[in-house]
Amino acid sequence: MAIPGQKIPSNIDELLEGLWKQNPVFVMVLGMCPVLAVSVSAVNALSMGLATTFVLVGSTLLVSLLRNVIPREVRIATYILIIATFVTVVDYLIQAISLAVYDALGAFIQLIVVNCIILGRAEAHASKTPPLRTVLNALGMGAGFTIGLLALGSVREILGAGKLFGVTLFGPDFQPWVVMVLPPGGFFVLGAWLLLFNWLKTRKPQAAQPAEGHVHGA
Amino acid sequence: MIRTLGIVATICGVLIVTAYEGTLDAVIANKKIALERAVFKVIPGAAKVNEYWASPTGVAPATAAAPEGGVKFYVARDAAGQMKGIAAEGAGKGYADVVRIMYAYDPARQVITGIGVISMRETPGIGDKIYTDQAFLKNFEALDVKLTTDGKALAHAVKVVKHGTKQNPWQIDAISGATVTSKAIGKGINDSAQKLLPYLVPNLDKVGSK
Amino acid sequence: MAPESLGQIFLGATLANNFVLAMFLGLCPFLGVSGKLNTAAPMGAATTFVMLVASLCAYGLNWLVVHFDMEFLRLISYIVIIASAVQLVEMVLKKYSPTLFRALGIYLPLITTNCAVLGVALFQTAREYSFLQALTFALGGGVGFTLALVLMAGVRERLQLSRIPNVVQGTALTLMLAGSLSLIFMGFAGMGAGE
Repeated sequence: MAIPGQKIPSNIDELLEGLWKQNPVFVMVLGMCPVLAVSVSAVNALSMGLATTFVLVGSTLLVSLLRNVIPREVRIATYILIIATFVTVVDYLIQAISLAVYDALGAFIQLIVVNCIILGRAEAHASKTPPLRTVLNALGMGAGFTIGLLALGSVREILGAGKLFGVTLFGPDFQPWVVMVLPPGGFFVLGAWLLLFNWLKTRKPQAAQPAEGHVHGA
Repeated sequence: MIRTLGIVATICGVLIVTAYEGTLDAVIANKKIALERAVFKVIPGAAKVNEYWASPTGVAPATAAAPEGGVKFYVARDAAGQMKGIAAEGAGKGYADVVRIMYAYDPARQVITGIGVISMRETPGIGDKIYTDQAFLKNFEALDVKLTTDGKALAHAVKVVKHGTKQNPWQIDAISGATVTSKAIGKGINDSAQKLLPYLVPNLDKVGSK
Repeated sequence: MAPESLGQIFLGATLANNFVLAMFLGLCPFLGVSGKLNTAAPMGAATTFVMLVASLCAYGLNWLVVHFDMEFLRLISYIVIIASAVQLVEMVLKKYSPTLFRALGIYLPLITTNCAVLGVALFQTAREYSFLQALTFALGGGVGFTLALVLMAGVRERLQLSRIPNVVQGTALTLMLAGSLSLIFMGFAGMGAGE
């Protein structure tokens, strides 16, 4: 259902939307709880990203298939039911694949249920889009989320433990910056990434139109 | 509306049950491997593990439901089925969160012969000395957990003492700078052993060999 | 049963393992509602209440689910019970305090998707807390959440009067502040441990 006068996005646009323009981590800052909690290492970040992508694709596909059947009044309850189903599925899948990963991610696998990205996508996109485009969009969003998690997880693992994917990068003299793998480090690194993105965004307009100095905080 | 909701619920139910049934065997196998790995780390040379419950009424294989006041323990055996040692879990509140450990118990000498960390969230570089610090691990080569003559409690409670002041075989010499984490381990062992050993020791012959 | 005493659980959930600043639970309302002091405190109180109700229900549900050997339904039943608890709080607030109801606005139904609430239910199950331990954990978690929210709101109210460079504004700044708060809360680690 396209709104008249608005350009229908092509399939490629659907895929790219979540990767860059609407990146859930860096642009929309959604679903931050798992992002910060599990990004102590790149492996954890990657597993979490993949699990979330699986739930995202699965549940939005089902929502999209059922979009004309689900009654409006109970749609949110239905979406949550569907999401919880896929989270339970992924929970068992991870347990079957690797118990070590399951223990590392802990309760945050089940907490995917309350990740705002998924409910947001189900409500804002999948409920009014045909299956193929929904899946593409969800894949893009999931990939964007995974990349965001990886960016955070790699930085924290490199600085905090001197490793990447468990491989030691520096010599034995490296003194790990331990705070980076502790909770405050999560906030700092994500803050720094957002700062970088803000700076990139403001740089372009500023080049054309010189900055007016400081502005009062919002 | 009710029919639609019924359809959605059915789809979800089928999905969950399929996933549960499909992964059940793999999950159980994984859990077994993880348990064996944890037990083999503290009891070298073992080839298989049997789970048991110890309770006031004796010991029983952990196939049935947990008996009242039951404590779980693991019997490690070599390939021939001979008992190599007994392992059990303990937990104590550490610096950041609960520290869970597995310890090995030698019934012949009534001592603890090793520990392994199952899970912890202690500060990296400080709390993780509990499995890197060789001097600390030496505490657990023969930690005395003898029972009193009536067999109701440990003759000497396992106690963590300040670094460098260990005098008796039931004391644990804390890591300097990681005292809280060291104490968590001491408390975990003490709490678990005080409960488990009085039930276990009189029934040792029942788990001896198989 | 978990080995911790009630005091350790309460202090742990409030300070050392603060839900927001150490466990990263409930960040959405933390970033969203912490702009003003007079909405932060009621929001914290409402969340604490929902947490207590959710913890209570989750304890009962977990018993049922384990009793009937249906662990795979645990997550779904938790989320349903939390959604109902939030609905209940919403109705009570609407009747007895319409002003507060309007002030909290959209954030009230959002408590359903607050991971702190589901987190309480999931963590108390994973750690095998007894009934009293679970309630203490929920209360401590709620108090800790409120504390973090109120502290953050205080800082952000002061910030409105300062001059901030364009680039740093918004979430980036809030996250940096949260990081500093988290660093401070790390000083509470080790409280109640040892003995």
